[in-house]
Amino acid sequence: MPFLGSEETVRELKRALSNPNVQSDHLRYRNTILRVIRVMSQGVDVSALFSEMVKACATADIVQKKLVYVFLCSYASLNPELSLLVINTLRKDCQDPNPMVRSLALRNMTNLRLPSLLEYVGQPLTAGLRDRAACVRRVAVLGWAKLHNLQASSDIDSTVVNELYSLLRDQDPVVMVNCLRALDEILKEESGVAINKPIAHHLLNRLKECDVWGQSEVLRVLQRYAPQCEDELFDILSLLDPFLLSPHPSVMAATLSLFLSLCSSLPAMCVSALERGRGPLLAACGSASREMRFAALCHIQLLLRSLPGLVGAHYKRFFCGYAEPAYIKQRKMQVLVELVNDENVTLVMDELKGYCTDVNTDTAQAAISAIGRIGRSYSDQCLEILTGLLGLKQEHITSTVVQTLRDLVWVCPQCSDAVCVALEGCEETLQDSQGRQALLWLLGVYGERVSSAPYVLEGFIDGVRGEVSPGVKTELLTTSVRLFLSRPAETQDMLGRLLHYCIEEETDMCVRDQALLYYRLLHCGIEETRKVLQGRKSDPSLGVLIGRPAEAISQWASCFDTLEPLVQKAAMPESSCRGSPEKRSSACLSPIPDLQPLTPSRAQDTPTSQSASARSTAAGLLPVSSQSAFSLSLSPALGAEEFERLWLRQHTEEKEEEEEEVTLRECVSCPAPCCSSHSLQAALQLVSIQTLAVTPPHTLPWRVYLYTHTASAARASASGPGSLVLGELLYAGAREDQEGEASISVDGESEGRKEGTEERKGVAVTLRQRAGNDDVLRVCLSVLITVLNTLSPEKD
Amino acid sequence: MISQVFILSSQGDHLIYKDFRGEAGKEAINIFYEKVTALTGDQPPVVMSHKELHFVHVRQGGLYWVATTTADASPFMAIEFLNRLSGLIKDYCGDLTEKCVRMNFALIYELLDEVIDYGYIQTTSTDILKNFIQTEAVTSKPFSLFDLSNVGLFGAETQQSKVAPSAAATRPIMSSRGEQGGKPEIFVDVIERMSVVLGATGVLMKADVEGEIRVKCYMPSCSEMRIGLNEEFSIGKSQLRGYGAAVRVDECRFHPAVKLDEFDTYRILKVCPSQGEQTIMQYQLCDDLPTAPPFRLYPTIERDTGGRLMMYLKLRCDLPPKSAAINVSVTIPIPKGSLSLSLELSSPDQSAELQAKNKAIHWEIPRFPGGAQLSALFKLEVPGLSSASMMEVGPVSLSFELPKYTCTGLQIRFLRLTPVQPGLSQRWVRYVTHSDSYTIRV
Repeated sequence: MPFLGSEETVRELKRALSNPNVQSDHLRYRNTILRVIRVMSQGVDVSALFSEMVKACATADIVQKKLVYVFLCSYASLNPELSLLVINTLRKDCQDPNPMVRSLALRNMTNLRLPSLLEYVGQPLTAGLRDRAACVRRVAVLGWAKLHNLQASSDIDSTVVNELYSLLRDQDPVVMVNCLRALDEILKEESGVAINKPIAHHLLNRLKECDVWGQSEVLRVLQRYAPQCEDELFDILSLLDPFLLSPHPSVMAATLSLFLSLCSSLPAMCVSALERGRGPLLAACGSASREMRFAALCHIQLLLRSLPGLVGAHYKRFFCGYAEPAYIKQRKMQVLVELVNDENVTLVMDELKGYCTDVNTDTAQAAISAIGRIGRSYSDQCLEILTGLLGLKQEHITSTVVQTLRDLVWVCPQCSDAVCVALEGCEETLQDSQGRQALLWLLGVYGERVSSAPYVLEGFIDGVRGEVSPGVKTELLTTSVRLFLSRPAETQDMLGRLLHYCIEEETDMCVRDQALLYYRLLHCGIEETRKVLQGRKSDPSLGVLIGRPAEAISQWASCFDTLEPLVQKAAMPESSCRGSPEKRSSACLSPIPDLQPLTPSRAQDTPTSQSASARSTAAGLLPVSSQSAFSLSLSPALGAEEFERLWLRQHTEEKEEEEEEVTLRECVSCPAPCCSSHSLQAALQLVSIQTLAVTPPHTLPWRVYLYTHTASAARASASGPGSLVLGELLYAGAREDQEGEASISVDGESEGRKEGTEERKGVAVTLRQRAGNDDVLRVCLSVLITVLNTLSPEKD
Repeated sequence: MISQVFILSSQGDHLIYKDFRGEAGKEAINIFYEKVTALTGDQPPVVMSHKELHFVHVRQGGLYWVATTTADASPFMAIEFLNRLSGLIKDYCGDLTEKCVRMNFALIYELLDEVIDYGYIQTTSTDILKNFIQTEAVTSKPFSLFDLSNVGLFGAETQQSKVAPSAAATRPIMSSRGEQGGKPEIFVDVIERMSVVLGATGVLMKADVEGEIRVKCYMPSCSEMRIGLNEEFSIGKSQLRGYGAAVRVDECRFHPAVKLDEFDTYRILKVCPSQGEQTIMQYQLCDDLPTAPPFRLYPTIERDTGGRLMMYLKLRCDLPPKSAAINVSVTIPIPKGSLSLSLELSSPDQSAELQAKNKAIHWEIPRFPGGAQLSALFKLEVPGLSSASMMEVGPVSLSFELPKYTCTGLQIRFLRLTPVQPGLSQRWVRYVTHSDSYTIRV
């Protein structure tokens, strides 16, 4: 931190440094320089002392020299001219009989990072490569890499490259590893140092001499080498085998990573390597350093994606220690959920139950969600614990429990009886909007079985004026209408009041529009309303927790031993979900037949949560943890004029603008929607797509304009233009035959659309997103298709 | 590849900053500190990224040790390096506190300069580094009465000097002056960490032990050292031989420098320790303890008529009578609404208090001899106590230290330097077991 009076300090130091009395006394001189470095590392700008420090460089005292170099390397780029004065001292030092002085001078000469000094540096560096002392050679080798990066344009002499290659056979292992590093940087354009068979074998044979850091580095470089025949491969593997059991996690991880890349075509070898590496990895999970524990846990999670049974017998290792930080506890719970089986379920549940009352609310909530996830396979034990927790009447616990119950019921409808009983009376403790939304959804869907449902609802409706969350309000509307369908006598009056309030007094447009929609829907008749509102109550296909097919190792092998597994968001579903399960699942889980061919560029990208969720959707086995990774939402609302402006602007300017706008081409046949505009609107709204304008049915051309917002859990706050999706449905009419065969082509250009309509004789859908991504649009599109499919029988 | 290394105090003061590659500016420090302090509870802090910058950090000694790296860097390597760096600095400076780092910044810059060149780790071995490091550590000796206790009347040496002073192992490895300086000593520590879960019925649910043998050497050049372990020491389940009290571990890993040629027959490790601290052997024992777990709890928890929660806890220490646990601290989670606590403890040196913030009672026992049994009665005033609130009581967790005790039974039979150096050297063997996590469900 810069502190007050720093200028005064610098001035005083300057005086002291130029004081001849101080200069003559070398202890005092050194202490003054020490003070300079001290204030420098505190963040004070001491560049004004540059010339004094340059003078202090010419000394026989090595400690003083080192201190001055620390200073010079930080400030040289600010004073290129004055720095030239140092070069003479440095060059002289390069001739010093003491190897330590030589290496020091050489290192700092290259650390100054001054292009103007380059001409003086080449010669000492060349000499340094042939120095007797290993420490000088180490510095000289890396010096060439520094030099290369400083003057990227000019090529480094090929003789130097050859010399570096020959130094790979240097006696000193550090020189050897440094050569690899330097060549890697110098030959970056040619994709790094070339590893041929003799080099690879040389490196492998000398691996034992290197220290931990050298070993990890060499193992990493060796990933580029492809053995020519199987015999050679197995020779290499048996040479590497002892390193799998290294006590140093970094060597173990690098070896494992190398195994995975060498054996990419031999899955059985990969599996046995992972089994060999399991011991050290588990040991790292219990390491004294919590950061190391965390890294190991993240990598275990990665392994579990392919080998669910890998650490099954060691599940007790993943019980949380009470003093561990919350982020480690949460990871451990995520692993535990994966390891549950018939034998250990009671023990694991007992353990998790202990965490539910943790002081740390995040840990408590994570534990409750973990129990909920295990409940998908073992619902009885789970429900017992969860209902017991409701008795605690604590706000955060009740809220999480209700959300967990909602998600559980959606997956396991057989639990609904127990859940309905448990719901009684928990509205008093619920405070946050997430929990209340969950409760409302449950009441709406299972209202006829919860005796107190109308009274609970009445309480909510009476308090609607003070309600701040629009999410709760919209959920309340849906629930009231649903409950009205099942228990009309008790709810009619309060539904009327609610609709009246929402239409007349509500300021939030989404809520008001939804109220209007329900109002009109009710006008259309009870049957119509029932058709729209009573959708599926559950989706048992989600409940695949056990027997989930394992991923191929190659899916994640490339990110093993990188930072990626550690930064991936810990996606516990309940922590970030919004809205009711049907909305989320419809956004993610509708069948998407043609999602498989992702564009190659995307597939190579680091998988964002969207593409990850889209990919797993494609495989049809979305792990529920990423379910909420992507969702559609209605807010913020968009006016008709605003929509028109955006739509037209995108239409006209799309060619000129370099901004990446995503439109997507898709041809899926689906029956034409000939239902009333109301039901279409309501149906789309249920999946959080807002329709703006609809032509009446049976008119040609039939058009619908719609929009939605995409929100991903990873960037929930991103409500910029990127999240808005605009869409148009166009049904030009089936000219030849009046069958409702519709095709959907997603394209902005008119010719494409015409082509689509003429060939397929159906509905053309245009979806656009500014600065968006392809996968998101595909998911939106699939949602649309599902809705259209659902609505189609009405035509008959 | 490491682009920058910096050390921050817990308040965010810059203590050490070194840029190795000139790729990112100095503002990275502030970006890091803002990010790390803005984290919410459930976000894992170890790796954070900001644009092209990736921060890997560890906490040691209350300080942030941060490295910025590229995205494809190995997290294991970065974390291991930062831990090693803090270990090195501890070796050279004697201690690992903010004050110590502040005072020895010149030494630390010098170390960093030798340890990393252009972002590549060169060496972290004290054997090599000692040739290059010139600066001497600055230590501050706080005035302490303990130091005086060794000095008898008129400066005569007292008996106590047979025992290594507790501060002996926290001093810089290289110092030419000072009363401790240059004393050729070797400390061999056997350190075990146990994590245990005991069920409500007293069943052992989980028992893991992680152990290591650490050597801290203050000799500038050390000849080969032979460390003899228990002869009945066995690794893995299959190797159990005979009857008798075998000392068994599941897995065992050694430092690469350890020579194991006599290990199989005589259980002797041979090593030439380099200066400073190093771990020469790590071992684990899972799901099995050779002896009874050191503590058992017999709780009686009930509601009394006045709506109070009565907890009568009996804690028994099952260590052998010669050993004792020290600094035992028992944490008992209690219902959220607890207002006040009245307590009765069985001896005056214990203490207990209600910590409203953590919803827990902390019961401190400074010394707990083996075979003893202590009891405590806690009466809690909890308004609106319901039967469900009882769920919030427990699990009880203990933290403690068991000096001169290893729960695997691993012992060091002898410690020999060959060839024997002239009688100057002093060798110390210390044992300690820490509780990593000791939980008892109620």
